[in-house]
Amino acid sequence: MDKFSTHSGLVVPLDIANVDTDAIIPKQFLQKTERVGFGQHAFHDWRYLDGEGTQPNPDFILNAPQYQGASILLARENFGCGSSREHAPWALQEFGFKVIIAPSFADIFYANCINIGILPIKLANEEINELFEACNGNANSLTVDLLNNKVTHDNKCYTFSLDKFHQYCLENGVDSVGWTLKKLDAIETFETKLANWQ
Amino acid sequence: MSTTNATTLYEKLWQRHIVDDTPGETPLLYVDRHLIHEVTSPQAFANLKFHNRPVRRPDKTIATMDHNISTRSVAIDAAGEGAANQLRTLEKNCEDFGIKLFGMGHKNQGIVHVMGPELGITQPGQIIVCGDSHTATHGAVGALAFGIGTSEVEHVLATQTLRQTKAKTMKIEVRGQVAPGISAKDIILAIIGKTGSAGATGYVVEYCGDAITALSMEERMTICNMSIEFGAKAGLIAPDQTTFDYLQHKEYAPKLADWDAAVANWKTLKTDDEATFDAELVLEAKDIKAQVTWGTTPGQVTTIDAEVPSPDDFTEQVEKDSCIKALAYMGLEAGTKITDIEINKVFIGSCTNSRIEDLRAAASVVSEFAKQGKHVSDKVDAIVVPGSYRVREQAEQEGLAQIFTNAGFEWRLPGCSMCLGMNDDKLAEGDRCASTSNRNFEGRQGRGSRTHLVSPEMAAAAAIAGRFVDLTNFNQA
Repeated sequence: MDKFSTHSGLVVPLDIANVDTDAIIPKQFLQKTERVGFGQHAFHDWRYLDGEGTQPNPDFILNAPQYQGASILLARENFGCGSSREHAPWALQEFGFKVIIAPSFADIFYANCINIGILPIKLANEEINELFEACNGNANSLTVDLLNNKVTHDNKCYTFSLDKFHQYCLENGVDSVGWTLKKLDAIETFETKLANWQ
Repeated sequence: MSTTNATTLYEKLWQRHIVDDTPGETPLLYVDRHLIHEVTSPQAFANLKFHNRPVRRPDKTIATMDHNISTRSVAIDAAGEGAANQLRTLEKNCEDFGIKLFGMGHKNQGIVHVMGPELGITQPGQIIVCGDSHTATHGAVGALAFGIGTSEVEHVLATQTLRQTKAKTMKIEVRGQVAPGISAKDIILAIIGKTGSAGATGYVVEYCGDAITALSMEERMTICNMSIEFGAKAGLIAPDQTTFDYLQHKEYAPKLADWDAAVANWKTLKTDDEATFDAELVLEAKDIKAQVTWGTTPGQVTTIDAEVPSPDDFTEQVEKDSCIKALAYMGLEAGTKITDIEINKVFIGSCTNSRIEDLRAAASVVSEFAKQGKHVSDKVDAIVVPGSYRVREQAEQEGLAQIFTNAGFEWRLPGCSMCLGMNDDKLAEGDRCASTSNRNFEGRQGRGSRTHLVSPEMAAAAAIAGRFVDLTNFNQA
């Protein structure tokens, strides 16, 4: 996993609540056995007017010319709800997103983001509203400083909080399996206490 | 208040599974059972192989094939090349790492959340994980069960543990008894209607109250299954005699002296009287009516005797906007009576409603209509997809399959099928489906298709009438 410290990039405002992981990556693209190849299908049913993906939908925000190259996704409440498919954050990451900012995230999606190195930032509703007002229709950039837990836009600064261990893992690109394997003794000790029917 | 040591069921389960709680790190919990399937596991195994890491406890890992399989044939390539590749990859990975697999046509094969409980793999007090959000189903036996992503699948395969931040606790009490004909699906949809689609995000929910304890194990599974649909990390129901009676003599349940020891242990799994929850919600069971979703999230739900709502019925701007978007996608006008909505597809199946009791409930409605000479409407295609081979076999022995096929339903092989449409069981653009599954998201059952979530009884009636039917007024159907 790549290390994350600071990131500045273009913001695209996706003004829809309860965006589910079926919308982020529809099921017809889940048949791969590799981690790559999902980005081109991100938001497929919204991005394209046809099932084959040949006619871009001009009304979908991610297709708007001023947002091309965006790396920060501004979203509404309950982002990433539904299916546990990690293919959804894989698709967003490959599409180019490094940061997602929303008032709330679904739990599994949030954990998946942390585990693959996307930074999910929760801000208060009023702050999210301010950002939507600033970004709607306009090409705007933000700077995200993970080390100091700050998002800066023009002269405004928003503070976010993050679980300390999540922060450590993102900052250091921790291999979480390798980290836990250093605790094998504790795992073995735990297992000796299990009854044989467990 | 003397609540010093009083804890909730969730806190007990949490406490019993802590492997490591080093300050500054997310707690490490032990995983008792890891269920895997073909869609969310291949990348996890690939990473293990890349790092040359073994599966720590193949004996605690069980695989089945469900998401991607054909419901018309047991041939591994019957649902296309992409599906076949994932299924073969699962076979190879299970072989390479010594994991038990219930593959195509195996007598134990089924939807992962039907298979686990019916074999007794799922037991009270366990932590159970699976790369599937409906893992919450297993909470019905008093296990802490939740869905995980593929990176976490890899972590569990390699370490038999998972890092988890502690959730908040929510108690949902359903008081009294439901009216006759009201199913577990109606109870959980009514709960989601009340909380909204994210009402329990960050929480583990414990369901309790007379209406919950009166439910059978399979009905409890329907309740816990949909916990994720209002954002809950997991759903729990404290184990009781119903739980023990259900599990005893199952193939993988403890036997003889082990059974007695297990039950003694399981009986301690309940919330202490004086324990407090972070949030509480109470519903009166008698107020719950048959439910039908009208929108594109499970929380956009109303009762069978109601009308499609208008954006003006909501106070929050976000909800108004969601209503406008949902009505446009669903092709519905505000004020339309739910019983006037015509459907052309019916799906009875999924990890929510594909167990034997679900099929019995649907078949009994079909039988009642058959007495009036009625069968599946000429305008409707209806399929019944049992949750597992065991369910399918039992339904055939009980004559349920015959009831369905006589009435014009298709009787299929087990699998996830049209719940998510990864195989060829999908809806076409514009199709409108009465579905016993768990998600009515845009495109869930096929691009441009429209899903209404209902109980098995309601789906069966809709298949015959070609529209939603208020079964409390059965004779008007």
